Formats: sequence, C-alpha cells, structure tokens
Amino acid sequence: MRTILYIIQKEFLQVFRNKSMLPIIFVLPVIQLIILVNAATYEMKHIRVSVVDLDLSGTSRKLVSKFQGSPFYQVKHTSFSYAEAEDEMKKGKTDMILQVPSGFEKKLLTEGMAKVQFVINAINGQSAGLTNAYSTMILLDYNREVVLDNNNPALMAGIRTIQTDYSYWYNPKLNYKTYMVPGILVLLVTIIGLLLSGMNIVREVEIGTIEQINVTPINKIQFIAGKLLPFWIIGLFELAFGLAVGKLLFNIPMEGNLGLIFLSAAVYLFVILSFGLLISTVTSTQQQAMLVSFFFMVVFILMSGLFTSIESMPEWAQKLDRLNPVMYFIRIMRMVLLKGSGFADISSHFWSLVVYAVCSLGLAILRYRKVS
Amino acid sequence: MSSTTENIITVKNLVKKFGSFTANDHLTFEVKKGEIFGFLGANGAGKTTAIKILCGLSYPTSGELSVAGFDIYTQREKVKRNIGYMSQRFSLYDDLTVFENIRFYGGIYGLGKKEINSRTNDLMQRLGFEAARDKLIRDIPLGWKQKLAFSVAILHNPKIVFLDEPTGGVDPITRRQFWDMIYEAAHNGITVFVTTHYMDEAEYCDRVSIMVDGKIAALDTPENLKRQFGAQSMNDVFIKLARP
Repeated sequence: MRTILYIIQKEFLQVFRNKSMLPIIFVLPVIQLIILVNAATYEMKHIRVSVVDLDLSGTSRKLVSKFQGSPFYQVKHTSFSYAEAEDEMKKGKTDMILQVPSGFEKKLLTEGMAKVQFVINAINGQSAGLTNAYSTMILLDYNREVVLDNNNPALMAGIRTIQTDYSYWYNPKLNYKTYMVPGILVLLVTIIGLLLSGMNIVREVEIGTIEQINVTPINKIQFIAGKLLPFWIIGLFELAFGLAVGKLLFNIPMEGNLGLIFLSAAVYLFVILSFGLLISTVTSTQQQAMLVSFFFMVVFILMSGLFTSIESMPEWAQKLDRLNPVMYFIRIMRMVLLKGSGFADISSHFWSLVVYAVCSLGLAILRYRKVS
Repeated sequence: MSSTTENIITVKNLVKKFGSFTANDHLTFEVKKGEIFGFLGANGAGKTTAIKILCGLSYPTSGELSVAGFDIYTQREKVKRNIGYMSQRFSLYDDLTVFENIRFYGGIYGLGKKEINSRTNDLMQRLGFEAARDKLIRDIPLGWKQKLAFSVAILHNPKIVFLDEPTGGVDPITRRQFWDMIYEAAHNGITVFVTTHYMDEAEYCDRVSIMVDGKIAALDTPENLKRQFGAQSMNDVFIKLARP
C-alpha cells in the first residue's frame, strides 16, 4: 500500500509540474463547454429564403409576410423569375425557394384549394427536413387563418382536422443546450482520461525510467494502481468542475442524484483509464499512443449518440455500439441529469460499464510485463 | 578488494537468442561476494543482454542462474529486493527534484520516512550536493546525475549492484570520482558488477571477463590477463581478443 502511495505522489508531482497541464485541466473544460455547446446546435435559425411571388395578391403577400415575421426565416431575395432564384441557391446564397404561382388567390377562393412550392437545398438532409417541417407548420397555420378570415363554406369543409396537443417531457423548452452539456462533459472526461493515461507508461518507456521501475520489487498491481489512481482522481475532479461550469453558464438541470452520477463516473473512468494504459502497453512511443487513442476516441464519440441518435443507426451499428463505453455513460448522464432517473433505471447501463471496467483493467494488468 | 570464496552470482550455460541471432552463447561464470567484477566487450558483444537477464528484466532462453542466492526463474522478486541497477540510459526522473527522486525510489524499496530523510542528508553531504537537493534533475550537470543515479541504485543497501556502462559521456575527473564511489560501495560489502568499454576502468576491477561475439573469451584478474596475453595494458589485451 505504501508503495502505491509513493507512486501516486510521484505521478501527481509530475502532472502538476508539467506547465501545460493546469491550463488543460481548468481552461479546456470551460472552452469546450462554451464553444461546443453553442456551436453544436440542432436549432435552425435564419433560413435564407428566396421568394418568387408570381401572384402578387393580398393573400400571397400575407403568406410571404408570415415567413418574414418568423424568427427562423430571413427573406434574402425576391424575384419574378424562378431561374434567378435557382441561381441564388446554386451560389449558396439561399437555403430555400418559396414559389407562389400566379392565380394563387383566385384559385384558393374559387376552388378552395391552391398550391405553393418549396424548393429546399438538401445537401444537409437533416436541416432540409427541419426546414420542410418548419415551413409546413407556417403554411398550416396560415391555412387556418385564411379559412377563418374568408368564412368560406367551401374552405370550411376541409378544416375538420384532428388537433394534436403535445407537451415535451424532460426538456419542455426543447433547449438543446440542456441536452448537449451532459454529453460534452462525458467527452471532456474521456479525452483527459484517455490521453493522460495513454501517454503515461509509454512515456516512461521512452525516457528509460521503466527499466529502473522494473528492477524494483514493485508488483504489477501496485504499479497499475499507482498509475491509475492519480488520473482517476483528476478525472472525477474534472467532472465536478465541468458540472459546476455547466450549472453556472447554462443552468443545466440536475434532476437526479449527483451521487449516482459520480458513482457511474468512477466506474466509467476505470474503463477509460485502463483502456489508456492498455494502449500504453501495446505502443512504444508517445506519438503512437496518441494516434491510437485518437482513433478509438473518434469512433467512440461519433457512435456515442452525442450528436446523432443511436436509435436511427442501422441495426448492426447499434449492436456494435454495445462495445462503446462512451455511449453508456452519455446515456446515464442524460437520464440522471435531465430525467432524474434513479439507479434502477440506469442499472443495465451501469452494469455494462462495470463489466467493461473489469475486463479492460484485467487486460491492462495482464498486458503490462515487467520482464521481456 | 575483500573477496571471499563465496559465490554471489552463478551462471551456467546461459543462452539468449533473439530469433536466429544468439546474443549470449553458453556463458558460464561466477562472481564472488564483495568483488568488483568487470564485464567487458565491444558494442554489441552481448553485455547489456546478459546484465538484463541477471537483473530479471529479460528471460533467458536457457541456462542456470542464481543471483544473490536466489534462482532467477522461480525467485525473481527476491532477487529484485537484493539488487540495485543503473542502466545505460539515464534512470532518474528529469521533472522531479533530487530529493523527490530519492524519496520515490527509497519509498518503493520500503524505506521509512525518517530513513529516507537521514539517508538523503547523508548522501547530499557526501556528494557535496546540499545546494542541489531541491533542484530538478534536468537542471544539474550530467556528472552529478550519474553519481546520483549510482547512489540511488544502492540506496536500499543491495547485496549486488549492476552498473551498465555507468560512465558513458562523463569527463575523466568525474569518472575517477565515480570509481571512488564504486570502491566505497565495494568496501561496504556490496558486490559490483560493471560493464564498460573504457579499458583503464578494467584495471580497477578485481576480475574481468571479456566478451566477444556473445561468448566469454577470457576471464581472470587484470594482472593475469596481461601476463597471459603478453600485453602492457588491458587495452592491448582487449584488442588482441576482439580483433584476432
């Protein structure tokens, strides 16, 4: 036990003596939270619209003003030529064309039905879908107004629609920041943990001190424990710091038990750190360790459900994702912080992490060899 | 020095192969308790390979080895408690101070806090390092580092200390001082096993073995070797052996 304490003392001394470490530990989380949370947004604002109003009637103008009045749209360009509007889109100056055909008002009032056209730039499928959904909502809204304004029986017939009443649970204002912060915090803990531990043993190999350690009576378990615990403490501290920043800057909800968050984080960090040490034992330079760490980090993070929903991934990818520790911890964080889930709700994710931790720690201990 | 007839290292038919390359080809020798044993050879002769096996850093391919009275295969951890090692590469932590390095290695060998403190003070005084106690290793001169690395390697009073080219890149005066430290350690009963390719250093050893291409080509006291090969100095002996 005393041996482990001496190793921990040494590791802490080395971490904090490294001048670039303190900024990484304290500044990185703040910057990550501020930049990533604000930048990685799902909300669509300022959709740039090109209007081609060939009707120029009161009704068509009202429709255009509906778009103009919405905070989501910005009418960038008006023209009487569809070709010209298309040109604008090709140049990347607009995201959508709203075309109102001539005779729109007349048709609407006499036949009770008229058509407008949306042409949406769908290079980014997700935002095109959202644009379409927003535009349809505006149109439906407008539709209802037209019917009521004109009191036209021909139109009234079509309005017997089923009204949906909805409420958003756990994130009533659909604030995406609330959703992003817990995930970004996982990212932070993962990056710090994986890099610190991944570089560690390999660094001692590079400078040659590992041989000196290997001729001492230190055993494997003492060595790995002495290497893991300092970064485990730093990781937990990092999470606490990140949560505090998230609360202060974004007022993220903390519905559930913070103890549960830290319990899960404790297990999760064991997974990440032993994974890092494992990388450290199979590589022979710090650069190699860094590259391998990055490879796993990118795959883990992109498949973690942080930015995209796991449910919409193909089935094989979802199965593969069961091997992704980041995914489990992001789920736990979101469930506990946003929904207030208790241990019973997260238990399957939690135990998956425990199994993962035992396996990767075992593998790291097995892989570390004092004798070549 | 105070050589007895008791063997502290016994090596019989040590073989180490890396693929088809044989680095150590049936080495057989004994090191007596308390002697300074020189392990000589050109670069690539297999010195470091042998020393790593004796320290338990590397597995032998075959052979019988006993170090400090313990079997290298079955009592590896006991061997490690009783040996010190100073590698070719520098073995202290650059980003820790002199004292922090001593404390770390002392702590690992199970020395108590008081013991670490008193041994550090003692050491600083003997080496004349008092002012450097809290300096980072990276800020002190190479010669000092080597002396310190040696002192740290024998901090826990091992029975044997293995030195792998301990004086590489060091000026002649510091080298001489370093050998004074080796004599002192031997005087205190620590057996010294040292590899070198400075032939003047070979003269300081009680007995010398010379390795050529993975084999031991000669093993005796420097005087006997010089007589045997009709040479003026160890340098001539070495050249006669290494370039037949």
